[in-house]
Amino acid sequence: MYRYDEYDQSIVDARVEEFRDQVQRRLSGEISEDQFKPLRLMNGLYLQLHAYMLRVAVPYGTLDGRQMRMLAHIARKYDRGYGHFTTRQNIQYNWIKLAEAPDILAELATVEMHAIQTSGNCIRNISSDQYAGAAADEVADPRPWAELIRQWSTFHPEFSYLPRKFKIAVIAADEDRAAMRLHDIGLRLVERDGVLGAEVYVGGGMGRTPMIAPLIRDFVPADDLMSYLEAALRVYNRYGRRDNIYKARIKILVHEIGADEYRRQVEEEFALVKQLGIDPPAAELARITAMFAPPALNDGGAAPDRSDPDFAIWLDRNVKPHKARGHAIVNISLKPIGGIPGDASADQIDVMAELAERYSHDELRVTHAQNIVLPHVRQGDLYAVWQTLADAGLAEANLDLVSDIIACPGLDYCSLANARSIPVAQKIAQRFADPARQRELGELKLKISGCINACGHHHAGHIGILGVDRKGTENYQLLLGGSGAEDVSLGKITGPGFSEDGVVDAIERVTDKYLEVREGAERFVDTYRRVGMEPFKEAIYG
Amino acid sequence: MRIVTGNDLATGDVTWWTGQGWSRHIEEAVDAGAHAEAIAREEEAARRVNGPYVIEATVTADGPRPAHIKDRIRALGPTVRPDLTLKPADPAAGSWVI
Ligand code: SF4
Repeated sequence: MYRYDEYDQSIVDARVEEFRDQVQRRLSGEISEDQFKPLRLMNGLYLQLHAYMLRVAVPYGTLDGRQMRMLAHIARKYDRGYGHFTTRQNIQYNWIKLAEAPDILAELATVEMHAIQTSGNCIRNISSDQYAGAAADEVADPRPWAELIRQWSTFHPEFSYLPRKFKIAVIAADEDRAAMRLHDIGLRLVERDGVLGAEVYVGGGMGRTPMIAPLIRDFVPADDLMSYLEAALRVYNRYGRRDNIYKARIKILVHEIGADEYRRQVEEEFALVKQLGIDPPAAELARITAMFAPPALNDGGAAPDRSDPDFAIWLDRNVKPHKARGHAIVNISLKPIGGIPGDASADQIDVMAELAERYSHDELRVTHAQNIVLPHVRQGDLYAVWQTLADAGLAEANLDLVSDIIACPGLDYCSLANARSIPVAQKIAQRFADPARQRELGELKLKISGCINACGHHHAGHIGILGVDRKGTENYQLLLGGSGAEDVSLGKITGPGFSEDGVVDAIERVTDKYLEVREGAERFVDTYRRVGMEPFKEAIYG
Repeated sequence: MRIVTGNDLATGDVTWWTGQGWSRHIEEAVDAGAHAEAIAREEEAARRVNGPYVIEATVTADGPRPAHIKDRIRALGPTVRPDLTLKPADPAAGSWVI
């Protein structure tokens, strides 16, 4: 894992003290809310429905046990005993007091964490593959590159006031576990003739105008990557629409001028930028890469005994193959039936920290699907890990099944929401609670957003739900056929919306129809792509 | 009725204008009528509230009921965590929101 050097630590420490002073001035009345709001947002502090909310960055979703324990400590000491893991691989606390926010940031800084650039029109936390460093299908560990981009983008003077927020994802595998093409920039590391480089996709995103990022360059050698990113951002910074917030994301620019013209401008800028020496010297890249060296994974122990049926089900569902023999990747579902997707109590966070320290080479990952991963577990330890998880209420065996729902905080917490997301997720999970029924339905990614901002990735759900406000009452639109994976696609709205209970019924009619028409082991989304919307529409609306 | 709501600057708590000051309990909110906007401005300037705004509410036997669900959720707390609402001992409190 990356460790801060003196520069990283000093800028984070300095930022804490700066913010402490700003908070003091706000509390004393020296500055107004209008002056203070942009300052607090730059430190991840929002004012939400019930209190201040603090969003803490988890760079590319990677954490160690010490950091995870700190997250539990903050939940206990400053919040109400829990945290919410988000689709951007971050964590949010919902009940923060302004006066205590600087102390929280100071505590986070002691474990090399912060909330910088988790809000505002800047480059946000870099997202990545939660299986990085453990997946058999990756050409390289994407995290050294994600870390490099983190350093480059932190306090980047040109890119602190972009037309709009900016999200970058880096993956290095064929399978896309990070919704890469639904980011402002998506990078997929590839190897060409023995040279590492990246496919560069620009202009994807969800929100009001969902778009899949087109390929802008099919290979940028790794040695040029930072210069290329700088050029891509410069073109956006210059021509992105600052006059209209709804048209300010880079996807609109790329769409309006066209991918070819955008590419031409980036190439022109790149020719200039390349002279500036932005790309890291080999020694610096080697320094960062060395910190992500794979742990020594030798003896994996005996293959697990499958005689406990519940354990065997969990093993088949939540445990994935590791590239090192005898080891496994463990997915911890934060989606117990009837629970709040992505929420974990302080005690559960501590349990996961302990498991990481004992069994996963002190590493954890946060996934965009709001789950947690232990990336490097010996197969001989899997049963012990499962037992501990089960005791802590963390052993739901539902990864990628219908109850493994992504849901944004919605109107229960979020001041931008039109409708609640969480109760809908809870009702769907309860309706499909029978584990055998879920397994029968197979992979089915269900994603819920409480408003058009799409934090719950509803466009990318095999089944998506969007909460809307219909004359003051909550109403839910249903979408089918989206995907955030390598088979990326955008869901289509089925028709008129539903009440909360109505949408749960509609989903059941959709899944019943799927079971009726599917062929062989076809996944729901594949059946949808084969038969189209009509049969489902008919099943829903009659 | 027109009531004024906002958040406490230091704690972030949702608060309601009572005629004399600010309360976390909507039952204590009063009709600010035509003065609502002026109250919001003055109280914000004095830092007794953050981000105040005026909402419509109806008068009920249990006190004011905001017209919009968002403010009803603000008044009670998250419907999915009854234990964290202002009425943790009242399991039916959530139905007031809907
Ligand atoms: S999608 Fe909307 S309701 Fe949900 S968290 Fe984002 S802004 Fe809030």
